[in-house]
Amino acid sequence: MPAFGGMIFLVLLILVLVTVFKKWSYVWNEWFTSVDHKRIGVMYIIVAIVMGIRGFADAVLMRSQLAMAYGANQGYLPPEHYDQIFSGHGVIMIFFVAMPFVIGLMNYAVPLQIGARDVSFPFMNNLSFWLFFAGVVLMNLSLGIGEFAKTGWVAYPPLSEPAYSPGVGVDYYIWALELSGAGTLMTGINFFVTILKERAPGMKLMKMPVFTWTALGTNMLIIGAFPILTVLLLLLALDRYVGTHFFTNAAGGNMMLYVNLFWAWGHPEVYILVLPAFGVFSEVAATFSGKRLFGYTSMIYATMAITVISYLVWLHHFFTMGAGGNVNSVFSISTMIIAIPTGVKIFNWIFTMYRGRVRLTTPMLWMLGFIVTFVIGGMSGVMLSIPGADFVLHNSQFLIAHFHNTIIGGTVFGAIAGYTYWFPKAFGVRLNEKLGKSAFWFFITGFYTVFVPLYVLGFMGMTRRINHYDNPAWRFPNYIAAFGIVLLGISVALLVAQLVWSIYKRKEYRVTGDPWDGRTLEWSVSSPPPPYNFPVIPHVTDIDPYWGAKREARQEVKHAEYHDIHMPKNTPSGFFIGVSAVLFGFGMIWYIWWLAIPGFAASILFLIIETTRDETGYHITADEVAQIEKERAATPQESEA
Amino acid sequence: MSDHAITKTHGGRTVETKLFGFWIYVMSDCILFAVLFATYAVLSHSYAGGPTSKEIVDLPGVLVETLALLVSSFTYGLAVLSLHAQRKFRVLLWLGITFVLGALFVGLEASEFSSLIQNGNGLTRSAFLSAFFALVGTHGLHVTTGLLWMLVLAAKVAKDGLTKNNGTRIMLLSLFWHFLDIVWVGVFTIVYLLGSIS
Repeated sequence: MPAFGGMIFLVLLILVLVTVFKKWSYVWNEWFTSVDHKRIGVMYIIVAIVMGIRGFADAVLMRSQLAMAYGANQGYLPPEHYDQIFSGHGVIMIFFVAMPFVIGLMNYAVPLQIGARDVSFPFMNNLSFWLFFAGVVLMNLSLGIGEFAKTGWVAYPPLSEPAYSPGVGVDYYIWALELSGAGTLMTGINFFVTILKERAPGMKLMKMPVFTWTALGTNMLIIGAFPILTVLLLLLALDRYVGTHFFTNAAGGNMMLYVNLFWAWGHPEVYILVLPAFGVFSEVAATFSGKRLFGYTSMIYATMAITVISYLVWLHHFFTMGAGGNVNSVFSISTMIIAIPTGVKIFNWIFTMYRGRVRLTTPMLWMLGFIVTFVIGGMSGVMLSIPGADFVLHNSQFLIAHFHNTIIGGTVFGAIAGYTYWFPKAFGVRLNEKLGKSAFWFFITGFYTVFVPLYVLGFMGMTRRINHYDNPAWRFPNYIAAFGIVLLGISVALLVAQLVWSIYKRKEYRVTGDPWDGRTLEWSVSSPPPPYNFPVIPHVTDIDPYWGAKREARQEVKHAEYHDIHMPKNTPSGFFIGVSAVLFGFGMIWYIWWLAIPGFAASILFLIIETTRDETGYHITADEVAQIEKERAATPQESEA
Repeated sequence: MSDHAITKTHGGRTVETKLFGFWIYVMSDCILFAVLFATYAVLSHSYAGGPTSKEIVDLPGVLVETLALLVSSFTYGLAVLSLHAQRKFRVLLWLGITFVLGALFVGLEASEFSSLIQNGNGLTRSAFLSAFFALVGTHGLHVTTGLLWMLVLAAKVAKDGLTKNNGTRIMLLSLFWHFLDIVWVGVFTIVYLLGSIS
């Protein structure tokens, strides 16, 4: 309850501040209703950061509980509370931190990298964000109104069936994920089409920046995987609301069907999260080594191989289910195979640095940390891919250590590297390097201090999802892990301090369009880019188009070459649909039909209103473009410190 | 598909991009149905003492349903031909006929469902029936959505005529409608035809 109170207080505080400073029209016109991919990307990342702090608070609670709850001491979290915390932690970190962070980075960088003015479907992009945000709202309401699922983030039946989870917790889970999942699916379609259809002339597929390639792979995975989650959760909802027997024990239901379908979505999801991180590191490695990426073509093939194979390994999440030796072997081998393209990538990054002029900036540190951490996580994954070993390690703390090793070492490191890398592009202000580097060092030491003991605990037989233990041998590793979370907490504080300090010092930290000596098109425009991104759509002839242009000292385009630019108009429909979706979801969760039905109807109505409108754009004239470009060229420039 | 494909829309986005995007959506919907088919395949013999598929399939009724939907796909095709000929009245006429056929399909399905439920064979009776209702019902909901879309679109065409945007909308619904037809062929074969002999 205090947490919920704190959250309400924070939300109210923000509302009051916005009102006091009379910023409502700014927030509404420039952000909420914006169809600009750059604005939407920033909003995604802001939400991801806020939710990340909440998810991290859950981690602190769990680790401190486990440091105390030994023997006679029950700790301070009773099981029904602890269960909600680990379920919430998983759901938040996967769906409301990692997903929006990578989607935010894609939103920001992909159109700029491919020389486009926006995504293919700008309104749908805004709608995606608001549907995702509707999920966030439901997730946070569960903190104070009712409860969250106690089932773990996978919500396996029969535990998640009404007989064993009679409260609203699983219903919060279902509808929060249903709404945000719908938004994610739309994002997937939108970016898949954008990457294939909106590239600047000359940018053939094999000339696309690697981040865009990994985004393409991610979006293919989203399109292929998220419908599975949508159906799965609806079937679970039918079991809970109507009393059907898809996954029940009785009347012929089959809970193994749920587990299979969950991971048929869930394993691609892992790669949805990590592929864009691979993309970020490819950009970072090339930029800060001052060298073209080593093995561009093999990197692309490796990305696509991972995209395809990631659909073929899902059963390794439940070797212990009893599918039999033959089936387990197939999935064991396919799991080991996926390590090969990943290994190709690792070598590509290393060889990119080899004989390069490496600059050890903050993003580069995260990249180096990633290589080490991700390789360790990958190797413990190969251990788990051996069914015999998995029978011992399944659902143990070893597994927890493994997947944090890959998700944090891969996605989180990638997200922070990408955030540091593109922050100057987004705001024209760079982040403080000193604070960023200290945050990295605290993070990586904290990370290993938390998770290496968990590997050990796994071998010592400690299972996941327990809030209390009696084995004295487990105490010491749990103390160390609790100390590690303190280091991680310092790192989080440093990251927040870095942001605040850099905003405070924004005048000194101003940068040009190209603060890192970048290689791809996003660095060829001013920071922050104008609403139309490119005054003149570039012609691409090279994998590193901007690098080539700088080397040949090609001249900037002249005024005469500007044309009128057509821009999509802002629209409030996405916001309204999001609000209706919250009402619908909340109504469903609490069986308030008079709220759910109008909520649903209203969202359909707003969708019809938006999609039947014909005039949705305006023009920025050539003269205005020239004016904007002139002003941006004249802005005072960078003090590289 | 005529000159629509190459002209630029307001947003600077081509009609082709919109059609391509919708194709991708349809592919994702394919996956959605694939999951429901898989669920049905897994649970199709979990009768739990309830009726078997043979006992609930009413082939003559389904034949009428199927014919209504297949013919509606044809009549929608005629609406598209009328669009290319820029004959507004004919477009509305064929859309109207398609709507009636689609509504007939939904109506027949609803009556099939309600008679099943009245006989105590509702979706809570057994896992098989849950999967049956989920698969057939999801298709039916898609058709219903298509009907709603058709109504809105017809109103829009009646108001503004066959503008370029409306032409695109007609092409998008066309994709959706034919897709539902193809899915139904799968449902008809796997649920009804195979169900009647197993």
